[in-house]
Amino acid sequence: MADPIIISASPHVHSARTSKKVMYDVLYALIPAFLVSIYVFGISALILTSVAVISCLVFEYIIQKYLLKTKVTITDGSALITGILLAFNLPSNLPIWMIIIGALIAIGVAKLSFGGLGYNIFNPALIGRVFLLVCFPVQMTSWPTAVENNLTLVDAVTGETTLGIIKEGLMYGETMSTISEQLPSTMELFIGITSGSAGEMSALALLLGGIFLIVRKVITWHIPITMLVTMGVMTGIFWLVNPEQYANPLIHLLSGGAILGAFYMATDLVTSPMTKKGMVIFAIGIAVITVVIRLFGAYPEGVSFAILIMNAFVPLIDKYFKPRRFGNKIKSKIM
Amino acid sequence: MLKTFPKGGIHPEENKITSSKAIKKMPIPKVVYVPIAQHIGIPSEIIVDKKDKVEIGQVIAKSGGFVSSNIHSPIAGTVTKLDMIVDTSGYKKQCIVIRTDQKNETNFEEPVFPLKKEITMDQKDILQHITNSGIVGLGGATFPSHVKLDLKNDNKVDCLIINGVECEPYLTADHRLMLEKADEIIVGIQILMHALHINEAVIGIENNKKDAIKVLKQAAQSDKRIKVAALQVKYPQGSEKQLIKAILKREVPKGGLPMDVGVIVHNVGTIFAIYQAVQYNRPLIERVVTVTGKNIENASNFWVKIGTPIKDLVEEVGGMPEGTRKIVNGGPMMGKAIKNTDVPVTKGTSGILLISENEASRQEAKNCIRCGQCVFVCPMGLEPHLLMNLSEKGLYERLASEDAMTCIECGSCSYVCPSHRPLLDYIRFGKSIIKKLNTAKN
Repeated sequence: MADPIIISASPHVHSARTSKKVMYDVLYALIPAFLVSIYVFGISALILTSVAVISCLVFEYIIQKYLLKTKVTITDGSALITGILLAFNLPSNLPIWMIIIGALIAIGVAKLSFGGLGYNIFNPALIGRVFLLVCFPVQMTSWPTAVENNLTLVDAVTGETTLGIIKEGLMYGETMSTISEQLPSTMELFIGITSGSAGEMSALALLLGGIFLIVRKVITWHIPITMLVTMGVMTGIFWLVNPEQYANPLIHLLSGGAILGAFYMATDLVTSPMTKKGMVIFAIGIAVITVVIRLFGAYPEGVSFAILIMNAFVPLIDKYFKPRRFGNKIKSKIM
Repeated sequence: MLKTFPKGGIHPEENKITSSKAIKKMPIPKVVYVPIAQHIGIPSEIIVDKKDKVEIGQVIAKSGGFVSSNIHSPIAGTVTKLDMIVDTSGYKKQCIVIRTDQKNETNFEEPVFPLKKEITMDQKDILQHITNSGIVGLGGATFPSHVKLDLKNDNKVDCLIINGVECEPYLTADHRLMLEKADEIIVGIQILMHALHINEAVIGIENNKKDAIKVLKQAAQSDKRIKVAALQVKYPQGSEKQLIKAILKREVPKGGLPMDVGVIVHNVGTIFAIYQAVQYNRPLIERVVTVTGKNIENASNFWVKIGTPIKDLVEEVGGMPEGTRKIVNGGPMMGKAIKNTDVPVTKGTSGILLISENEASRQEAKNCIRCGQCVFVCPMGLEPHLLMNLSEKGLYERLASEDAMTCIECGSCSYVCPSHRPLLDYIRFGKSIIKKLNTAKN
């Protein structure tokens, strides 16, 4: 007998888009930044990323299979991305066991304990990073610098991030003009020859991937552009008021993971608002909190904290910033 | 920039395989099955009996009320049965079965209708003819047309929109009709403008039918009141509300009708039926149906008598292709899947689509990844993910307060969902419960 006729409700066709494809698009978008991190930090970046990715996958497998006894979903690509993003947010010379702890917190606590993909409130990779930052502040803030021979391990050479130098300098009463002598040039920041977390280095590479994501319609421009513009405007105002006390907006935009955060972390589909209006509010919130932390807080940089804080507001934002309903609040009269 | 509606919408693969196929006449079927509920509203009342002889165009079921419609015999023959058969809705419905009289010549002579431009009837006669001829919206909604035309004296309708959008993938019935009957359609529009005292008419056509736009522009040249609007290709532009917004930038209020913003919308097929009814007193007994599918040998467009079993059509295009897993009455976005090909063509059948295995089966639904695509594509500004959630949990009051009832069921959300979630299924279900709760309340 021939196969039976299928009866189902319309629509009877589907766009070829699948969650998996969306996830793999994110993966492709991260390739340029990954290559830059290997170029800049050598093999240690490769080790960091592999450890983070493998431990994320393994933890997801173990927890789903043996603890939750649910379907194992490690092939959907989301744990893979969490691993890469976690690695991108860590210094490349971090001890391996710390990376593994970070992965456990990201997958076990931030993702699976909330119900798995789609149910987590906070960005898993950022939870992993912030957990490590709070527990191991020293290791998390000693960054390797760019190396000449990029295939050697570089634990020894450590340097400060751009924002770290500024923060410290200002604390000791120096002015921006003296501090800026120690800073990398804007061009160096843009290309990524500086120190910092593994994946936040190269604004150029991150922007390439970000544009790819927008073109592929994985993300919209609303979050990254709003966030970066707001940051630029806010830091710009402070800089104009007192250029000796505040760094110029370009430094802020090109360092401290602003671009990584704007294009990859804040835009995480699960933990960002679902309406365009909501996204704009969300992005403004992140930018404001980031700038406040950077300029007045104890930490030199604040993108991860800002994103996590705004993650908590997403349900509220979704509730109060709805799309405009067709035909709503229109008088039933002819114009 | 081409006009279109501003919010949401998708652009599925067009697959208009049959757009160059001229409309063929289907041979006269041996038996027709004419359901008495082919339109939205009250079913018609059967006025013939078993063994009655009927002529082509004779009324066999009379309008059951104001929102109802006459039904005419599509062929000359004998009523063999009044039976319950499964129709396109999937339910058994009352149906008049007529066996064609093979000796009756009227069945086989080709009626000739030369273009007749003069409009001789007055307003009342025109409306009477439309009411008597059993004309319903042929775009698929099958709303009795005379109801839309019954304007109160204080109406402020100033624009007639003709829907030639045909935004459903695969379907080309309206497209072919516009190409082949452009002059008749223009006269049909003039008839309505005359009857309703409207001085402006716009024919909306999507830009993937450039030839139809050209032909109609030419046909409308002599009448300055009729314009043709080329529209950007975007689904669901054929939806009344979206079409009005695209062409006139007017927004039909929530729960309102096009009339509320001074507009009446009719499908091109309906306009042609009105032309035939008024100029030649010919009731609605046949329509254009696209029979299509990727694996069909001779997919084409046909003039089909109402009541013809779909299997006759499938045979005409070369039989059911190997591996067909779904039969759709209508287009792929809003059409209904039917169980078998015994189901007859009704006034609302714009196409028959045969879908093969890989497109027919749905994929497993996964977790919502909150990507927001459903919200972006919803042309009504709703949040399908939320509506599905509320419907799933049985929170019907909240579902209603989130404007679920304004959903036009275009299916854009389900189409685009990367997690293959059955968004529209749940929203539809929720809507039906809300409807029931509302009737219970009253």
